[in-house]
Amino acid sequence: MRPDAQTTGARNTGAQSTSAQQDGALEVAVLVSVGRHPVTGRARRADQDARGVELALSLAGARISLLHAGALDEESESALRGYLGMGFPALTLVEQLPGADVIPALADRLSAARPQLVIAGERAEQGEGSGMLPYLLAERLGWPLVGGLAAVEKVENGVATLLQALPRGQRRRLQVRLPAIVTVDAAAAAARQSAFGPAQRGEIEAESAAVEWDEAQPEWNVTPARKRPKRLKIVKAASARDRFKAAAAKAEGGSGQVLTDVTPEQGAEAIFKLLKDEGVLR
Amino acid sequence: MLETLLPILIFSALALAVIGAVRRIRLWRQGRPARVDLLRGLAAMPRRYLVDLHHVVARDKVMSNTHVATAGGFVAAAVLMILVHGLGLGSSESMGPILGGLLLLASAAMFVGSLFVAKRRRNPPARLSKGPWMRLPKSLMAFSASVFLLTLPTLGILPAGTGSVILALALAAVLVWGLGEMFFGMTWGGPMKHAFAGALHLAFHRRPERFSTKGGEGNRSTGLKALNLDDPKAPLGVETPSDFTWNQLLGFDACVQCGRCEAACPAFAAGQPLNPKKLIQDMVVGMAGGSDAHYAGSPYPGKPVGEHAGTPHGPIVAREGTALVDAETLWSCTTCRACVEECPMMIEHVDAIVDMRRFLTLEHGNTPGKGAEVLDNLIATDNPGGFDPGSRMHWAADLNLPLIRDLGQVDVLLWLGDGVFDMRNQRTLRALVKVLRAAGVDFAVLGNEERDSGDVARRLGDEATFQSLAKRNIATLSQYRFQCIVTCDPHSFHVLKNEYGELGGPDFNANWVVRHHSTYIAELFEAGRLHFAPWKGGRVTYHDPCYLGRYNGEYEAPRNVLKALGIEVAEMQRSGFRSRCCGGGGGAPITDIPGKQRIPDMRMNDVKETGAELVAVGCPQCTAMLEGVVDATAEVRDIAELVADALVERPAGSGGSSDSARPPQSASGTRPVMKEVTS
Repeated sequence: MRPDAQTTGARNTGAQSTSAQQDGALEVAVLVSVGRHPVTGRARRADQDARGVELALSLAGARISLLHAGALDEESESALRGYLGMGFPALTLVEQLPGADVIPALADRLSAARPQLVIAGERAEQGEGSGMLPYLLAERLGWPLVGGLAAVEKVENGVATLLQALPRGQRRRLQVRLPAIVTVDAAAAAARQSAFGPAQRGEIEAESAAVEWDEAQPEWNVTPARKRPKRLKIVKAASARDRFKAAAAKAEGGSGQVLTDVTPEQGAEAIFKLLKDEGVLR
Repeated sequence: MLETLLPILIFSALALAVIGAVRRIRLWRQGRPARVDLLRGLAAMPRRYLVDLHHVVARDKVMSNTHVATAGGFVAAAVLMILVHGLGLGSSESMGPILGGLLLLASAAMFVGSLFVAKRRRNPPARLSKGPWMRLPKSLMAFSASVFLLTLPTLGILPAGTGSVILALALAAVLVWGLGEMFFGMTWGGPMKHAFAGALHLAFHRRPERFSTKGGEGNRSTGLKALNLDDPKAPLGVETPSDFTWNQLLGFDACVQCGRCEAACPAFAAGQPLNPKKLIQDMVVGMAGGSDAHYAGSPYPGKPVGEHAGTPHGPIVAREGTALVDAETLWSCTTCRACVEECPMMIEHVDAIVDMRRFLTLEHGNTPGKGAEVLDNLIATDNPGGFDPGSRMHWAADLNLPLIRDLGQVDVLLWLGDGVFDMRNQRTLRALVKVLRAAGVDFAVLGNEERDSGDVARRLGDEATFQSLAKRNIATLSQYRFQCIVTCDPHSFHVLKNEYGELGGPDFNANWVVRHHSTYIAELFEAGRLHFAPWKGGRVTYHDPCYLGRYNGEYEAPRNVLKALGIEVAEMQRSGFRSRCCGGGGGAPITDIPGKQRIPDMRMNDVKETGAELVAVGCPQCTAMLEGVVDATAEVRDIAELVADALVERPAGSGGSSDSARPPQSASGTRPVMKEVTS
């Protein structure tokens, strides 16, 4: 683990620090999407985006704006009001038709509003859900991007100190020059409860924007996702203690072997043998 | 000299009392408007006092008689004193001796009563408030004794010049004390305030239907009142004391601090930070503005008195820090209504608590514990566990239950409740299905069309989710025709029976006949449609679910079913309307406020005291809570399970259909005649 590893935005000239900084408030934009409940498929506030909003709320003195690009209908409105219920008077809706590519519209909106920090979830819960949006936005805007945040520790002099989540609870501290885009994943603090009163009173301020069609998407064939088969975990335990140990054990590559300096043939042979041993090939 | 002094004293006390009354009324009127029939309420007040209130007070015979003597004596003595000493009618030839004699009688009765009050105050139980209440018996004696003695010369029993001027003045001073407590204190916030506020509270009660009329019993009126969610200006619950309706504030002011609620409250007994009496007193403090430092009763467990303060228009629960009440106090309540049942002043504690919870959930978004998760699940999946609503009927895959969608019309709609996702409750449901089939009942279920009834959402203060669930359930139910709904969940039972009606519209009539399964089984048995083998097990006790008993008054049917099974119920000390909660209501297991012990543990101790090997229950919540007790001495079984186990086929030769020649067996009295099934 490298503490205080520096991530520098390669294309970030540093000249983009904005006028909003002058009054001391940190301008934060959170990109929020319409989520989809994993069991019932009902529209809801997306889990990761809501965590992003929670992250923004944890920043002292931040001026937070919520931004959604999409169409407004009954379903999406109830989901978007879920974000308002976390305590916001308004949410900006960049109006986009279904089937539009929202990245140009969002990029235009962001480069006009010039927030210092943009927070988004890792990936949407419906639609393409490729997780590419923050990257494409960062590319367009020329801002650095940090993925998988657990927390923002502080923002000082246009530099944010971030805590990035790594597997198994490890954290990496990073510094990034603002403006930047960050994404949060499930390691960030869970979103607070959405309250009905503020959710109903909050305004959804629609802004019209040019629509660019996503030309690749219509050519795709969309099918429902299938669950990947999972390897059965056979626990041969005689006692409760063994069962507990088996349940609590970390995944370990017990019988694995590291092959170094071998010929491609030897490597292929080893892989072939493993596949036969595991019963993948017969 | 006394002839001139007494009228001055009496009328100045009365004048001060009137000024105090105006001030007090202005305090109440800070509350929101409420639609109250003032005149009808005032007219009904004497009956509400003499019948309904006395019905509660009379549960404690000694205290009841004490109060009759003291209060009755005081009211009579006060009126007669104004006539005799205030208006000087005592010296008139014709009326004087009669009025004076009556005054002597009244003040003597009051004095005797106050002796009993004093006796109780010598070693007061912990539930009684101390402080100013400790001086009350002395004040009562001062008033009654001085009035008695001052009346003696008026009647000529003692010559007018008896004793010295000093003695007369001393007597007058004692009378001033008495008058001060009784008239001045009544409206300026002394212990006697309960009489003034209490009388008006009875007249302007927010649930007038609670009270009996000449025509008959009052209905129980236990359903919560709906919030108006369509009007964006309508407040969502109660934030400040002035957000209560004025008659709720009046009700809080009526509290006599007897602490019967405190003694009955399961959360208080478990050491959770709730004491219903203190909560009501805190509302009084908030209404007048100030701190709770003068409160002289038991505090909220673990929360010292004097750290909380509030104002009429300030928040009751602070977002951060302390205000009038801490949120965990409100979330400790199991909504078991034991306090409301015990309250001699007919105060509605549970309404107030849910009103304040509504604000915390709907405006603060601050439901503690697993509350937020459960509410999110209810919104997204229509059940609190977040299970796939399409898997509602998985438990009954082998039972081939008829769906009402296929039939359109049945006698009985079986409401399953969210227990379908709980493996323990599935056993109860299977047993109930077996019983219904044995009795040949024409029934069906909603299947996947059923949703959570909204009970938990509503008690957690989420009125929006409750109404959303309720309205969709009403729309579903109104598509079908059935004679009654039967459910084994008293919470669904209560909500369907008492809380959906208000939400039905012109299109949807949401008033159905709803029965708890114990009631329905008792009816089936009485109609001769069920036959039981004799009971072979050991001692059995029965635990009354709050939402069946106190909420809906059904104490008899479950006991009748047990009797029909041949079980003699070994009653717990706290049973029937005094049943102790299992700790599972009001979302309490979800918010999970820590205390010193667990409520279900205390209840299982009650069971243990009876020596029962089995406790019969009639509620999935109670089953879960009581079964969760470690090292319990008794087994927990639902009434449906006991009935299903005891089922035997119809004794041979008694015909096939339910209209058999055999006279229906009476559930009360005779043990059922049994025959072994031989073939």
